Amino acid sequence: MGEQKEAIIKVRNLSKSFGGVKALNNVSFDLLEGEVFGIIGPNGSGKTTLVNTITGFVKPESGEVFFKNIKLTGLPHYKIADLGVTRTFQVVRPFLSLRSFKNLIVPLWSSRARRFAGSRGGDRDAVAIDLLEEVGFERDAYVPYKLASALPLGYLKRLELARCLALRPEVIICDEVFSGLSMSEIASMVPLIERLRTRGVTLIMVEHRLRELFSVADKVIVMNFGEKLAEGVPEQVMQDEKVRRAYLGEEIKL
Amino acid sequence: MAKQISTFERRKERLDRGIKARTEGLYAISSWREVSYLLAPRAGFIIILFLLPLVVPGLYWQRVLALAGVYALLALSFDFLAERVGLVCIGGAFMIGVGGYISGALNYYLMLPVFLTIPIGTLGGALICTLLWVPCLPLRGIYFAVVTFMFPFLTQSIILAGNLFEGTEGLSPIKGFPNTWIAVYLIVILILLSIFGLRRLCGEDIGVVFAGVKDNDQAVFASGINVTRVKIYALYIASLIGCFAGTFVAHFSGFVGVSLFAVDFSIMPIAACIMGGPGTMAGPVLGAFILAPLSELLRGFGQLRVVLYCLVLVGFILFKPEGLLSWATRKYHQIEHWVKV
Amino acid sequence: MDILIYKIINSFPLDILIYGIINSFSLALMAIGFTLVYGICRLPNFAHGALYVITGFLVWSLIHLLKLNYVISILLALVIMGLVGAAIYRFVLIRVRGMATSEIIATYALGLAILEFLRWGGFKGMTYTLPVFIEGRIDIGDIPVDFQRIIVIGIGIVVVTFMWLFTHFNKTGLALRGMAQDEHAAMMLGIDSDWMAVIAMAMGSILAGLSAIALLPLGNIVVEAGYNVLILSIAVCIVGGLGSWVGAILAAFMIGFLQIITVKYIQSHFHMVVALLAIIITLILRPSGLFGRQKELEERV
Repeated sequence: MGEQKEAIIKVRNLSKSFGGVKALNNVSFDLLEGEVFGIIGPNGSGKTTLVNTITGFVKPESGEVFFKNIKLTGLPHYKIADLGVTRTFQVVRPFLSLRSFKNLIVPLWSSRARRFAGSRGGDRDAVAIDLLEEVGFERDAYVPYKLASALPLGYLKRLELARCLALRPEVIICDEVFSGLSMSEIASMVPLIERLRTRGVTLIMVEHRLRELFSVADKVIVMNFGEKLAEGVPEQVMQDEKVRRAYLGEEIKL
Repeated sequence: MAKQISTFERRKERLDRGIKARTEGLYAISSWREVSYLLAPRAGFIIILFLLPLVVPGLYWQRVLALAGVYALLALSFDFLAERVGLVCIGGAFMIGVGGYISGALNYYLMLPVFLTIPIGTLGGALICTLLWVPCLPLRGIYFAVVTFMFPFLTQSIILAGNLFEGTEGLSPIKGFPNTWIAVYLIVILILLSIFGLRRLCGEDIGVVFAGVKDNDQAVFASGINVTRVKIYALYIASLIGCFAGTFVAHFSGFVGVSLFAVDFSIMPIAACIMGGPGTMAGPVLGAFILAPLSELLRGFGQLRVVLYCLVLVGFILFKPEGLLSWATRKYHQIEHWVKV
Repeated sequence: MDILIYKIINSFPLDILIYGIINSFSLALMAIGFTLVYGICRLPNFAHGALYVITGFLVWSLIHLLKLNYVISILLALVIMGLVGAAIYRFVLIRVRGMATSEIIATYALGLAILEFLRWGGFKGMTYTLPVFIEGRIDIGDIPVDFQRIIVIGIGIVVVTFMWLFTHFNKTGLALRGMAQDEHAAMMLGIDSDWMAVIAMAMGSILAGLSAIALLPLGNIVVEAGYNVLILSIAVCIVGGLGSWVGAILAAFMIGFLQIITVKYIQSHFHMVVALLAIIITLILRPSGLFGRQKELEERV
């Protein structure tokens, strides 16, 4: 008998308005441990607001988010990261004035990273370089030593993921991690996502690139106008009438 | 499972170590000549600083040197906060005033000896300055600068209006140092310790966090770090230096009054920092040791010297914002072709 | 509503009411130049106080050294101040535009240089005054009020109205407002941001000069006033909030009345403390001021 996986994140009735616009309208879902969970929807459907609310960058009007029975709503964003729920940014935010591996010293210095490092806390530089190698920075070509401002977008996206990994996260919320990348860059990112999953990290991926997302996601929800339109396995969701209408529009009866 | 360290991995480790040794400039130290080349200017700086009090003609100029030392400490504190942490704090006068008043009052009212008032003034003063600046931390750069600029004026007004600590007359006499030599060397040693200490601090991992805060504080938050707490550490460290300078001024001049909050103490260090080379730590010290004696030399011109150093400040901001030390460093490195000419 | 206002006005003792109004208008007049430049170009012109003082000395010199007529001296001085403001932007500020701290330091250093230069040049002490426009005074109730002070109020109202009309109906004024709201958008529409900034700085300096001309006859021309005017202008600007006319005027009244009340009931030395506390408390509690439209100062995501 298979064990029912525990929901690691529970989102309950989240709502948020900006001015008169309802960006989130009563959104609820469960995220199971170890799965890759996709959030898709047309532009302006509230995907990023959902991410911001879960990770504490924005306070919701109503509703709650639970991480392993700890209430996340109301906590400041650094505290949520400290608990193990990390995120990447849609517009990447590296420390441009620092070298790539020095970028990782910052999260490695955090209390969470220190708790996990234990006695090995000493050489953060080495840990940083190892982490970068894991996400695909070629050590022999000295890529980790490059200034972050000199990195192309593909590497910057990987740096964002490495930043999350440095915190030994339980959950990484990837905000449009494929956007802006070329086809080949995306193709090389997908194995990285798979590797993250085998490491035991639970992933939420907000994406526009449906094909690549569907190749990794276990479950998907579709957002539109701040509401959850549909939830389920990718193939099943794409058959849903409402979803098709949201993406492709209504049929015009002439 | 026993881990086999292959030669490949060992080679990797050796490469990393060598580079880690000086990641800042990515130097690979390979010869004695290079070591002495790197060491010479630093050793020279230290030696000159130690010799200065001896070669200066007379007591008057020694006092000028001491004052330059005070400005140097303030410039260091400003440089550290502004260039390494991204906190522009134009509150030098506040630190001098708080440090000076605490140690002066302890000496005046409680007759505590100098070797007690200075540490208490430094540590306690830093605590007070940090606590009062904490509520201002959420403010964006320029507003933080404006608020910290206003603090000395406010305190000055309150002291005068409330006639606290003897108001306009101030507290006097305050016990001084046994002799000028001790005072001057005390401050020289403190300057060197501070430069060394701050540089080491910024070289540590926490220094990288400071640089991160300066670069992009939202990303630091996203890395699970409470940026406000990091800024508080930085503020405390900077105020330690500033308040020590304040206690020094109080005891060196034997007098504590609202003049400790003079705007001079806020502006001069910034001028020294910009002129000397922001971000280099040693540069601001250099700037202070140029500006203070210059300002004394021009004392004959009365208020005109203020005009002059303001114009110098504006000139440097406009035309040479990298400062003297960075310029000098570039030229020096060009000798060895280490930097593109 | 009128009954409420009537009740509020009546609850104040007459002297506080009158002096409060006068002080508030004086503050508004002083601050308007600074608020204009900061609201439009985001340029904190910390030389504002120096410009105020130097106008006073300029007019004095024109009257006493060049023996010019009072009115001509005023007009000439204002023109010169406009040019000075433009020059400050064109030669100094243009290079540090965008780096807010450098702007503050550069303008403050310039202001300091000007003020100390005046001090060195002999303009110290209590002997320099400007003649009032109209001699004499009237009594409102049992409070003596100089005509000059009433003129200050008049000038204040005229200036504020003029500025409001200018920025709402004149092409250049509208361009300035456009720049204040969104510099990049304004530039895309062909508005030259540097030229606008020159105009703004010139106007700001003229307004500083105008306030000096109106207010200095009430006392002596002293260099210290420069520092105070700067702090008061900053206070009005910050408490009122970024880019808001209504806010600035309200702030001027709040601070103006607070100052008068403090002077009467607590102690006369505290009037600058009020302004300084206002700045600090506003920045800590509500950084965008009373009516500030920008939320820039809060956490950004």
